[in-house]
Amino acid sequence: MNLTKTLLASTALTVAAGAVAAQEMTDSMTLVSWGGAYQESQQKAYVEPYLEDNPDVSVSWDESSAEAVARLRAMNEAGNITWDLVDVVAADAMRLCDEGLAMEYDPEDLLAEAPDGTSAEDDFGDMIVSDCFIPQIVYSTAFGYRTDMVPEGADAPDEICDVWDLETYPGKRSLEKRPINNMEWALYCDGVAKDEIYDVLATEEGQDQALAKLDEIKDDVIWWSAGADTPQLLADGEIFMGSTYNGRLFSVIEEQDQPVGMMWDMQVFDLDGWIIPEGLEEPALNRVKDFLMFATDTQRLADQAAYISYGPARQSSAPLVGQHATLGIDMAPHMPTDPENAENTLLYNYEFWADYRDDIDAKFQAWLAQ
Amino acid sequence: MTDATGADKFTGPTPDNALRQADAESGPVLAADGTPLKKSLGRALRMQKIRALALIAPLLIFVLVSFIAPIADMLFRSVENQIVSETLPRTTEALGSWDGEGMPSEDVFEAAYYDIFIAAENRIHTRLGSRLNYELTGASSLFRRSGRGLDDIGEVYQDQFEDLDENWDEARPWAEIMGSEDWIAAQEEWDAADEEGGMPRFQLREGAATAFPNAAQAYLTFARFTQTEDEDSPLEEEPWSMVHTALYQDLAAEDYASYDGPRAGMVQAADELVASPDFQTVTFADGFAEIDEDWATPEIWQTIKLYSPNYTSGYFLNAVDMQLTPDGAEARDADEQIYLFLFKRTLFMSLVITFSCIALGYPVAFLLSNLPMRTANVLMILVLLPFWTSLLVRTSAWKVMLQQQGVINDVLVWLGLVADDSRLVMINNQFGTIVAMTHILLPFMILPMYSVMSTIPPSYLRAAKSLGATNWTAFWRVYFPQSIPGIGAGSILVFILSIGYYITPEIVGGTTGTFISNRIAYHISTSLNWGLAAALGSILLVVVLLLYWAYDRIVGIDNVKLG
Amino acid sequence: MPDTGTSDAFVAFERVQKSYDGETLVVKDLNLNMPKGEFLTMLGPSGSGKTTCLMMLAGFETATHGEIKLDGVSINNIPPHKRGIGMVFQNYALFPHMTVAENLSFPLEVRKIGKSEREKKVQRALDMVEMGAFGGRRPAQLSGGQQQRIALARALVFEPELVLMDEPLGALDKQLREKMQFEITDLAHRLGITVVYVTHDQTEALTMSDRVAVFDDGRIQQLAPPDQLYEAPENSFVAQFIGENNTLEGVVQEVKGETCTVKLDHGEIIEAKPVNVSKAGERTRVSIRPERVEIDKSRLGENAHTLKATVREFIYMGDIFRTRLSVAGNDEFVIKTRNAPDQVRLRPGQEVEIGWMPEDCRALDAT
Repeated sequence: MNLTKTLLASTALTVAAGAVAAQEMTDSMTLVSWGGAYQESQQKAYVEPYLEDNPDVSVSWDESSAEAVARLRAMNEAGNITWDLVDVVAADAMRLCDEGLAMEYDPEDLLAEAPDGTSAEDDFGDMIVSDCFIPQIVYSTAFGYRTDMVPEGADAPDEICDVWDLETYPGKRSLEKRPINNMEWALYCDGVAKDEIYDVLATEEGQDQALAKLDEIKDDVIWWSAGADTPQLLADGEIFMGSTYNGRLFSVIEEQDQPVGMMWDMQVFDLDGWIIPEGLEEPALNRVKDFLMFATDTQRLADQAAYISYGPARQSSAPLVGQHATLGIDMAPHMPTDPENAENTLLYNYEFWADYRDDIDAKFQAWLAQ
Repeated sequence: MTDATGADKFTGPTPDNALRQADAESGPVLAADGTPLKKSLGRALRMQKIRALALIAPLLIFVLVSFIAPIADMLFRSVENQIVSETLPRTTEALGSWDGEGMPSEDVFEAAYYDIFIAAENRIHTRLGSRLNYELTGASSLFRRSGRGLDDIGEVYQDQFEDLDENWDEARPWAEIMGSEDWIAAQEEWDAADEEGGMPRFQLREGAATAFPNAAQAYLTFARFTQTEDEDSPLEEEPWSMVHTALYQDLAAEDYASYDGPRAGMVQAADELVASPDFQTVTFADGFAEIDEDWATPEIWQTIKLYSPNYTSGYFLNAVDMQLTPDGAEARDADEQIYLFLFKRTLFMSLVITFSCIALGYPVAFLLSNLPMRTANVLMILVLLPFWTSLLVRTSAWKVMLQQQGVINDVLVWLGLVADDSRLVMINNQFGTIVAMTHILLPFMILPMYSVMSTIPPSYLRAAKSLGATNWTAFWRVYFPQSIPGIGAGSILVFILSIGYYITPEIVGGTTGTFISNRIAYHISTSLNWGLAAALGSILLVVVLLLYWAYDRIVGIDNVKLG
Repeated sequence: MPDTGTSDAFVAFERVQKSYDGETLVVKDLNLNMPKGEFLTMLGPSGSGKTTCLMMLAGFETATHGEIKLDGVSINNIPPHKRGIGMVFQNYALFPHMTVAENLSFPLEVRKIGKSEREKKVQRALDMVEMGAFGGRRPAQLSGGQQQRIALARALVFEPELVLMDEPLGALDKQLREKMQFEITDLAHRLGITVVYVTHDQTEALTMSDRVAVFDDGRIQQLAPPDQLYEAPENSFVAQFIGENNTLEGVVQEVKGETCTVKLDHGEIIEAKPVNVSKAGERTRVSIRPERVEIDKSRLGENAHTLKATVREFIYMGDIFRTRLSVAGNDEFVIKTRNAPDQVRLRPGQEVEIGWMPEDCRALDAT
């Protein structure tokens, strides 16, 4: 057999094999997530169990969630989607859906029922904020503060407006370098009723009012852009209090044992979940669907809470949340959704920010640069 | 050197001049084989040129693909705006005759109805919404809501037709009214075979287009879309509500008493229903206002009209703190102006960084080029050491050094130079950015300086001294002028690199130390406003080229040497 | 050494030593006196210490030990720019970023000389080296010879009394070099300046200098006018280094005043003039210049030596014939004969008798 024939034969075999596989599923998947402890919790809670059931499958991670929207858009323009399943925050999922970069799905088709037979659509409920979004967890942006830097005689800060109280609580604060959340907190502490915040923020005057309120503490704010910044600043004692994701604060407090306390007041709930990129090949899509059915079921989402203090997005998972996998402490009190923590909360307003992000961000950045 | 090579100055019999002379006297010179010498020389040179081209071809292709093409793409993106006219072709055309005053006419709403309905079926209306949201806050949700809401208009007619005759709710009668018999037969055959792909393409019946000017067009769009996008048979799919709306328009406009096409009775009954006073109608304008009252304001229409051309200056105007308005370009509100300010800051800080690199790098390069080889090599490794650690690690290390509870402040407090409660703020501001970036870019300054300085022989300094110059005069009058090409090369390198830096300013720059590049990165990765990012990038490119030109005019670009 | 008193010397090196590494001496105990107006050349192979001496004089190197005096004043601690010594460098060191006129003007500017006078002096210096029209050019636009002249003019323009030249003609081709040799000496004598000239080219040294200091191994081997150096080398290094030379090795048998007898290793006994041999039994190297050897006995005097020789090679060199012979065991024995009409041309293999006058035959040290 000469070389050409060998090549032809092997090509034919490959094609044949491909044709067979096309009926089934690919056996490799590229999952995109945030890296760090969060990705680890996904790995432990559902990827590893899934791989045990499907030993032929291999999973590779890409820690690109932070720039997923831009990357997916670039992939789409280049016509070469290399990701199979992408973990994004809900706002990004909406944007990807708007841009036609994420696939719309039917919850009844794709997601498992709750153990009691409640349909997935009802079990996830309002968490499905976009036709493309498959929710996993509820997280929140809340404040942590140095317990050893609370002035003598003062109580520990326990409400959001203590962030503005420079007299009682001197020291630097850290806030995220974007208008979202900060503008809401500013208006709330400037006396705007919670349910009117977005109506006010939609007006020029409201935006100016929020920025004016932020002006009061501007000189004492370190602005962060990476989730790890506030924990580091807290650990180094650079700031007295700062906002960040509640899971990051959990790890500073419980895992690193730093003198840091949680301030849950006016925590802002947000969602994180999967999207399926638009334009997947059939076999890849079949594999992704198979994985999603497993990875988003009630038990798996509850399991994830053993590794990180984010609340499962399914109502039916909540009662199943147990203890931390290594620390052995009860996780329920550390969940943002725990009733004690959730007395006064805000939910990220996706619709509002989709409309107003460009506009308010321009104002916010101009204000910052002044 | 040009004077030395210009042969014409010498009138004597140089070889060149002799050749020229011979050429002038005796016509074309012939090569040994009789061909004109010029031709044979040209052939010999062509081979050389081809070989030279082949040698640089890989680099040329690489540069084209990885450098020229992206820049061209960026320039194109900064003005490209086809999304509006491609998504709303009818609307933009209809808006062409609108003067921009008051509300546009019903024609515009009608065109927008069909455009957005089809865009929504293609799921591209939200993308347009995102695009227009950069110009008009709220466009994003307006389009998202309208994609779902437009059915409300069509359902007004759909429901009444259904009430009149169940058949209007079926797929088959519609297919018969609109489709050609050949196609129906072929489609039936295909449906029965239960195959995949290769569906017979939908064809309008002869006469359908004249009988139903609107509805036939709408049905054609629906049928083709169903076939290609959904891969379903139009014989089994009930048409969109848009088709019902189109049918209503046809029935209202014409009298169908004499209609004799398929399902004539059904059509005639519907025509009578439409003519009856009980028939409910809704204008497109009202339908739109029902979905969202923003449609009833001129702003959205003005924005669409403003951005309907295929190319727009809008991104560039945004990039210089202006905006496109119906009255032309206008400055943005003062509280939204940021880009010009950031451009200035970027240039200013890049200059400061360049000068601090010169100040710190010059003595090092001088030392390097005047030390014995062995010592110089050790020192060179120290200079290059920063290249061996990752940018993020180095920048984070500066954080640890400079922060208020950081190493430098600790030392200062320990020495008693600074009070514990008034620690210096050295990071998250301009100072932090300048320090960290000077550190990162220093090797780019030292290396060209070093390579230029090491070509300056020590005898120049000695000569100057022997001629009576003090150490300083000898350096300043003789050594320094000769090292300027190295400073020039290093400065251009450092300046251009620092203009484009964004990671370091993002980490240590706080609010006062960030660059224009940070906004570009934001628009690329977060706001997805790539057009604006491209415009900002293009301006940055032009600024760099302008500075380069100015440098050439003032210092001379031959005065740049990398070695 | 001919120089004794240093009081009237313009330039004086007194017991100067130089070491770079603290282990070996590059210049060993150097003593040298130069009167004003002298053209002195330091000649020697590379690494002999001649350039180091020049650099110490210019002030770019400091003496490890000893004193250097200029016009009776020690200049050891005077920085180069205050010494007022003109210097021409090996590669001219013309400042490339200045025009020729600016180059020349530089030493005047740092001396704070007024503009009009500066221009006058620059023009005069340029005219002096016949480069009057080149003031506006850049050094890179000049040929090597032109650059050389400019370098010279620059070293002279501030009218120094002492000018140092470090192999200034090394980069020029032979013809140009010979022309410049003449011009430089002419200029030096015309201006009455004192010149210390460093070269490794012995022809240059012989043709230009009033006196030549032959350097080797960090010492002056001989300091003498060119003719003396050539005719009467004081040791075998100088004899070997200056011009061509035949040597025959042997042992001194007897020293009698102005003559001595030497028994060559090959067996022959010859007479020679003792130069640095003093007693019988010393090994010696006998040196005879090729042009002092005759093959025609009739041209020699009574007491001439004759030795048998075999012709090895005959080379026609135009003005002279150069013949290589085997003489007393030395196969590299060379004689030069003038190309005269009656001159014989020897053939390889031919047996001849050669001879020389004993006073042309110098018994030198054996090392």
